[in-house]
Amino acid sequence: MTSDDRPLFPLTRRQALEAGAALAILGRAGPAMARDVPVAGTAPPESGAPAMTVRLTVNGVAEDLTLDTRTTLLDALREHIGLTGSKKGCDHGQCGACTVLLNGRRINSCLTLAVMHDGDSITTIEGLAKGDALHPMQAAFIHRDGFQCGYCTPGQICSAVGMLAEQAAGWPSLVTENLTTRPGLTDVEIRERMSGNICRCSAYPNIVAAIRDASRETL
Amino acid sequence: MKPFTYERPESAADAVRAVATKPGAKFIAGGTNLLDLMKLEVETPTHLVDVNRLPLGEVADTSDGGLRIGALVRNSDLAAHPRVRRDYGVLSRALLAGASGQLRNKATTAGNLLQRTRCYYFYDVTKPCNKRDPGSGCSAIGGFNRIHAILGGSDDCIATHPSDMAVAMRALDARVETIRPDGSAETVPLAEFYRLPGSTPSEENALRPGQMIVAVTLPPPPAGVQIYRKVRDRASYAFALVSVAAIVQTVGGRMRSARLAFGGVAPKPWRVPAAEVVLDGAPAGTPAFGAAADAALQGGRGCGHNDFKLPLLKRTLTAVLATATRTT
Repeated sequence: MTSDDRPLFPLTRRQALEAGAALAILGRAGPAMARDVPVAGTAPPESGAPAMTVRLTVNGVAEDLTLDTRTTLLDALREHIGLTGSKKGCDHGQCGACTVLLNGRRINSCLTLAVMHDGDSITTIEGLAKGDALHPMQAAFIHRDGFQCGYCTPGQICSAVGMLAEQAAGWPSLVTENLTTRPGLTDVEIRERMSGNICRCSAYPNIVAAIRDASRETL
Repeated sequence: MKPFTYERPESAADAVRAVATKPGAKFIAGGTNLLDLMKLEVETPTHLVDVNRLPLGEVADTSDGGLRIGALVRNSDLAAHPRVRRDYGVLSRALLAGASGQLRNKATTAGNLLQRTRCYYFYDVTKPCNKRDPGSGCSAIGGFNRIHAILGGSDDCIATHPSDMAVAMRALDARVETIRPDGSAETVPLAEFYRLPGSTPSEENALRPGQMIVAVTLPPPPAGVQIYRKVRDRASYAFALVSVAAIVQTVGGRMRSARLAFGGVAPKPWRVPAAEVVLDGAPAGTPAFGAAADAALQGGRGCGHNDFKLPLLKRTLTAVLATATRTT
C-alpha cells in the first residue's frame, strides 16, 4: 500500500481470495497478512464524491482509512479493512447479521457511517477469540450447534456478548416483570433481548441454549 | 446513496448555524432511520451535520422534581435509567417495546421523536407519496393500508407516526426544548409539536429549518399505575398496530386523573381529553372503559385493510384499564 492507503495493484475480490488461499498453502497467511491483501472496495472514492480520513481501532488495531463519506461502518470493515466476518444481510438494520461491538456496545454496523466513528473502538467477530482460545460464546455456539448455514452467526455471537453485558449492568427488557429489580436471565429474557438477530434457518432453540450456557461462564 | 459532505461541529450553536446556512443540510445523530432512508434515496441530504459529540447526553433531575432528558441520550440508556424505571415506568416500557437492542443503543431521544413514518409507499420511491413528493398523490388511500391511520389522517395522507417513546411522552405531558439558528431557545409542548397532515403531509412538526431539539423535559411523575401495551404482528421487534400508554389512579374503586395516549393509529401520538374526562370519577369497569374507548375513537374511520384497528384499539384500551384498576 502507498502512504495514502491506496492499493498499488487493485485486485478483484476473487483475485484477492485466491491470493489469500495461495498464501495459506504456503503457510504464510495469518490475520495480519490477510489485512494487507487489497480487496474490492479499497479503491479510492469515486471521483468527485466527498471523501474523509478516519481512524478506527478495530480489534485493537488502529486503521487509518480514506473513505467516501457514504461508507457505512459495515462496508469499511468488510471492503476496506478486509474483515468479512461481519455480514451484510438486509443492510437496513432489520436482520442483525452486521452486529458489532462499538466501544463495547452492540450496534448494527450497516446503519452508521464510518466517518462518524473517528477515534472509536470496534470489536468484530474476528476480535473475540484470544489467539486460538475461542471466546466462551463462540465455544458455546459450537457445543450447542447454534446454527445451520452460519450466515447470521457472527452477528448472533457479537449481539449475545453485548446483550450479556447489558444484562449484567442490570438493564431491563420488555419482558422484565419488575422494572426496579435486577432482571434474571430466563429463556424468555434471552429471546426478547436477542430479537434483533434473525436466523432464517431458525436455529433459535440452540442459539438460546448456547447463550444460556455462555452466561454461566466468566465472559 | 447520493454523495454528501460531512462535518462534526463542537457546539450546538455551530450545528444549528451549519444546517440553517447550507441548503440540503441535515442533522445526523443515531442515524438508524436517516441512513436507512438515504440508502433508498427517500432522503437525499447534500450535507450532514453530525451532532453526536455535542454535550446533550445527560439525564438530570429538574428543580420541580421532573426530569430533563438530553437530546442525545440513547434509547437504551433512557430505558435503563434508574429514575425512569422508578418514576416513569410507562416511558421505560415504551422504549423497550421499540426496535431491537442494537438499534436502541444507537437511537437517540431527539431522533426517536423525528423518525419518519414506516408507510411502505413513503419508502418506495417508485410510488406516489404526498409526504415524500408533495402533490404526487397518496398510494395508501385505495392501496394496501393495513398499517395506516384510523384517526387524524387526511385525503392526502394516512401515514402513522411509528414511535413508541413519543406515545409515552405524550401521556406524560413532555415538553420539547429546542434552539433556533439565531441561538435563541424555544420550548414546545409535545402536544403541539407534531402537525396533522392536512394538505401538507411533508410538514410534520413545529421545527423550522436549522432548529434543533436539545432536550425533552418531563413534569414530576404523575400519581397512578403506568402501563404501556403494544399490539403488533410478532412478539418483538415490530412496529405497533395499536399501542396504549395509560396512567390511571384508582381511589376506592373509582378512577381519577386518567391519562391515555395511543400509538400506531394516527399521524402523531394520539390523545383525546374527552376520553379521560369520561373516566374521571367513574367506577372501574367495562361500561366506563368502553365509553372512554368510544370517545377516543371519535371521528375514527378505517380505509379498508386497517378497519380492524377500530375494535382492536377498543379492546386493547379496555384490557389496559382493567389491568390498571385491578386492586392489588
